Amino acid sequence: MAHPANQRKKPDCGRWESGGREWALPGKRVWPLHLVTPVWNRGTRGTRGLSRAVAPEGSQKKGRSLLQFLADRFYDVQALREYLLRKQVLKVHQKNRPFTYIRERFGPHAAGAYFILKQGGAVKFQGKEWIRSDARGHFSLDFLKFQAVPVEAVDASGCAINYQGLDSVCEWAETAGLFICPSVVGSRKDHSASPPPPTVALKELQSLWLQRCPHVDDWCLGRLHPLANSLQELSLAGCPRISERGLASLHHLQNLRRLDISDLPAVSNPGLTRILVEEMLPSCQVLGADWAQGLPSGPEEQSRDTASPLPA
Amino acid sequence: MLRRALQPGLSRGVLGRGLGTHRGRSTLDQNGKVSEIKKKIQSVLPRGAWNPLRDTSYLPPEHSDVVIVGGGVIGLSVAYWLKRLEKPQGAIRVLVVERDHTYSQASTALSVGGIRQQFSVPENIQLSLFSVEFLRNINEYLAVVDDPPLDIQFNPSGYLLLASEKGAAVMESNVKVQRQEGAKVCLMSPEQLRNKFPWINTEGVALASYGMEHEGWFDPWCLLQGLRRKVQSMGVLFCHGEVTRFVSSSSHTETTSGEEVTLRRIHEVHVKMDRSLEYQPVECALVINAAGAWSGQIAELAGVGKGPPGTLQGTQLPVELRKRYVYLWHCPQGPGLETPFVIDASGAYFRREGLGNNYLGGCSPTEEEEPDPGNLEVDHDFFQDKVWPPLAQRVPAFETLKVRSAWAGYYDYNTFDQNGVVGPHPLVVNMYFATGFSGHGLQQAPAVGRAVAEMVLDGHFRTINLSPFLFNRFYLGEKVQEHNII
Repeated sequence: MAHPANQRKKPDCGRWESGGREWALPGKRVWPLHLVTPVWNRGTRGTRGLSRAVAPEGSQKKGRSLLQFLADRFYDVQALREYLLRKQVLKVHQKNRPFTYIRERFGPHAAGAYFILKQGGAVKFQGKEWIRSDARGHFSLDFLKFQAVPVEAVDASGCAINYQGLDSVCEWAETAGLFICPSVVGSRKDHSASPPPPTVALKELQSLWLQRCPHVDDWCLGRLHPLANSLQELSLAGCPRISERGLASLHHLQNLRRLDISDLPAVSNPGLTRILVEEMLPSCQVLGADWAQGLPSGPEEQSRDTASPLPA
Repeated sequence: MLRRALQPGLSRGVLGRGLGTHRGRSTLDQNGKVSEIKKKIQSVLPRGAWNPLRDTSYLPPEHSDVVIVGGGVIGLSVAYWLKRLEKPQGAIRVLVVERDHTYSQASTALSVGGIRQQFSVPENIQLSLFSVEFLRNINEYLAVVDDPPLDIQFNPSGYLLLASEKGAAVMESNVKVQRQEGAKVCLMSPEQLRNKFPWINTEGVALASYGMEHEGWFDPWCLLQGLRRKVQSMGVLFCHGEVTRFVSSSSHTETTSGEEVTLRRIHEVHVKMDRSLEYQPVECALVINAAGAWSGQIAELAGVGKGPPGTLQGTQLPVELRKRYVYLWHCPQGPGLETPFVIDASGAYFRREGLGNNYLGGCSPTEEEEPDPGNLEVDHDFFQDKVWPPLAQRVPAFETLKVRSAWAGYYDYNTFDQNGVVGPHPLVVNMYFATGFSGHGLQQAPAVGRAVAEMVLDGHFRTINLSPFLFNRFYLGEKVQEHNII
């Protein structure tokens, strides 16, 4: 299956900013590959660790703005600020609303594809080419005609998909088994000798890319377990909210062959996490941080150190 | 007299003698006295904070609509939902009275922090499901403008309950109930268990139930601080003190069947300040007993259980302190990242802690072995005798381990049926309970807070029906027994 790296869209900074304003580092409009760890994750650890409510550097640097000053003194201004905060959250919810009409009319595959395309991602149906929305957000609605063709790959990189959206996608994948006809099943490359009976819920999704999604967090990873039978490739590179705790729930996905967990800023120990994930998924190739990075250099360095014990 | 003092030109004439006699003295002295008098006058005028006797800002207010006894996760959750569901906004004054602001003995702070839906009682499952939804969207529920978002460090690793031959049938029926309520739980045979978790020794295990989603553990301290912060921003008052007395009045009425009933109504709560004999009587309309392990003492103060045994007046609140130990150990060859929260058939449990092969675990002692709850000292022999053997038998890698640390905490243990008590008392009409959760209070706190707030504001439960958890069941003898208690 062709990797659509060369066809991938340029990052649309506007969308990330509006969707992730609470989380994005202030003043940064470009989404670099090596993200700075948010300050609230650097606090002291331990079972009785301090509350994670440590202010990020940006707001401390900015100082008290006029709006903050007024909000401390007037209830109206405080209510206005709370309303604005609420509106930002509602924007993300609106983007992740489920399209129940499309699902009832055109089937779960079409509904899932429509949802992803509306968010700005790309979808590949089995045996067809990648469908992608253009810079303006328009896309062709031809796929609504494919009633029973399953979705093989989803590229949701950079989309404002959150738990609710992923929940609907996985739910569609779960119920999609009822809509698959046996002839389509026979065209799969890696199915067993005899096609399974149609009553078994076959989840056909093989690749899922969630790179740089600002709202995908540990809870979302826990939601991926229904895709365990089919998912072979998963990419989580650059998601700011994923930590090693969410990666622990990936062990359900035993058919996974390629996993990309590079550049996860919320992971506290990337090298060690990569080793533990490799141990957890033995037949999977894990792309992650270089675990040899933090280790002391080889025996030559050590012998030199013992020769001169006193610091220079 | 005052006006003359304020006029700068005449001030010298009023306060001191004329210019002639003060030639050598500096004018600063005069101005200092002027500003002092000005300050005193300003404090007397309407907007100044003037108290002629002394500063009373550390005392609770003299009147409060609702007084919540106990500032742990349940008390704060009730305060949050009261403030969130009240109509109109700002209508109710809520006061939270907490004896220990460091939470050094509070069950919330010492909790292992697990959350699961694998219960046998459907109401418990529903409470837990809502709480999970609350925790998932915690930054929408508890958002405070200009404050950083909360990170409760949730590990979605799931719970694994193991059952022997005896308990397999009960486990199957429990899983059926759980699935009906919407929990994502699957049953596994010993072979499937070995395939999934090769480090388990499945000898003696007949069946296992594994939560695939919405189960795991999180940081309870963060939830507590988040609730505290949000609740303070919503206008709830906090008081650092201890409730020592309730002033109530009684009225005698007759029931429909002609029995005489004494109803009590609490009018005042006496809050004693920390390390002092001073107390403040707080007039209140409602009292919510969320004192956790000490709820029994608070209920006694209110007159619950003062009567001949066997009657409704004589039914005490059966919540008492029980001490539980938690041990943290290091095992270099132990299970990896995928380790769920494992609860063995023998009652011993453990979970992964962090990335460094550390594990937390413990075991609930039997009734005969209950430790003395007078203090929070840890008994290390308990680990050697009662916790380590079953865990080492279940996970052979745990035969070599080293205990790093341990602590003890209290359960607000309901000796009747180990489930929570929620709702008003039938006789003390304005006391509401939200206690007795026996070790699963933290995971049900958001939902219980909402239920109590609905009961207070609407008079009945709206979203989750917790009528089986009312106080009446202690008198009527209707046990709501929860089987899956750790």
